Amino acid sequence: MRYDNLLASVGNTPLVGLPRLSPSPDVRLWAKLEDRNPTGSIKDRPALKMIEEAEKGGLLRPGCTILEPTSGNTGISLAMAAKLKGYRIVCVMPENTSEERRQLLRMWGAEIISSPAAGGSNEAVRVAKQVAAEHPDWVMLYQYGNDANALAHEEGTGPELLADLPSITHFVAGLGTTGTLMGVSRYFRRAKPDVRIVAAEPRYGELVYGLRNLDEGFVPELYDASLIDSRFSVGPRDAVRRVRELLELEGIFAGVSTGAILHAALGQAAKAVKAGESADIAFVVCDGGWKYLSTGAYEGTVGEAEDRLEGQLWA
Amino acid sequence: MAIEVRIPTILRTYTDGEKAVSGDGASLSALIDDLEASHPGIKDRLIDNGDLRRFVNVYINDEDVRFIGGLEAELTDGDQVVVLPAVAGG
Repeated sequence: MRYDNLLASVGNTPLVGLPRLSPSPDVRLWAKLEDRNPTGSIKDRPALKMIEEAEKGGLLRPGCTILEPTSGNTGISLAMAAKLKGYRIVCVMPENTSEERRQLLRMWGAEIISSPAAGGSNEAVRVAKQVAAEHPDWVMLYQYGNDANALAHEEGTGPELLADLPSITHFVAGLGTTGTLMGVSRYFRRAKPDVRIVAAEPRYGELVYGLRNLDEGFVPELYDASLIDSRFSVGPRDAVRRVRELLELEGIFAGVSTGAILHAALGQAAKAVKAGESADIAFVVCDGGWKYLSTGAYEGTVGEAEDRLEGQLWA
Repeated sequence: MAIEVRIPTILRTYTDGEKAVSGDGASLSALIDDLEASHPGIKDRLIDNGDLRRFVNVYINDEDVRFIGGLEAELTDGDQVVVLPAVAGG
């Protein structure tokens, strides 16, 4: 397939069947390979859309500096687009994210401000809001509250899924900014309202949840619970186990968060089998496993990998 | 009937530092009342105006209770309940 430039090639990712992980010929799993995007993650979609919308609205002009709190992938996607479009970019990133993500960010030209490990992305958001107040001329696209994040999936991911899998019954994705689930759900609520929208949320080690008051928690502004039908919390043990099964049985090398999503997808598949219903369950492969090799998630026993992920932001 | 409840770091002041406590109840709201009896003060940290606090997430066997009946979500012997503060991803 031919594109005029790299940015034009974002999206239109393959949907592949998983015959060996699917429990029966009537209950099938399908993987949407978002690692095939230019920087290797699903975040290329919202990053490009947020930049385009900000340019349209006059918020982003030549010479601008972009600021974003990110645990990695969104920052990498924004940095790639910023490089091609000539913007400076500063990312606020928790210090307990993998070294690969930092190196990639720097390669694409991003400057990194580290936020404390304790509190995870909540802290990155808080620090970024402080930095934004100190630099009112910088443009914070703010993926957690930017409608263009969800719009990228409403206009892209959702329609692509329905075109490739008209019989789709379930869509399963990770819950971070909530953009993927919100956008895809908005599309299906219109186009095929009986599709069940299922969220898989990573459950980290205790350090990540921090010691701050419960009233200082964080729910992304984009989140609308009515667009989701069920939501599961998946710990590192199940995520690692599933991400290894995905490679072992279907040959797909995915990042750890995809293991969490697959775990929730398999739960839906088991439910359909038990109920004697047929199902076509599509889920998101957010990125490849390359950026997480140093976390130790792919070596040794599942228990060892689980221990190594303690305290890390693995999704 | 015994239900294991995993307590986040921030709420362990109510459980003498215990990471997990045991409780009883046929619904989440009954379980929280039972927890309050043995760990006074914890209910107010979980519930506000008769509903779960905005930044508190509760899961029964890993499923978010807000999608399975909220405080009226049913519990059976051996279920595991996890309480976590809401955090950002992305």
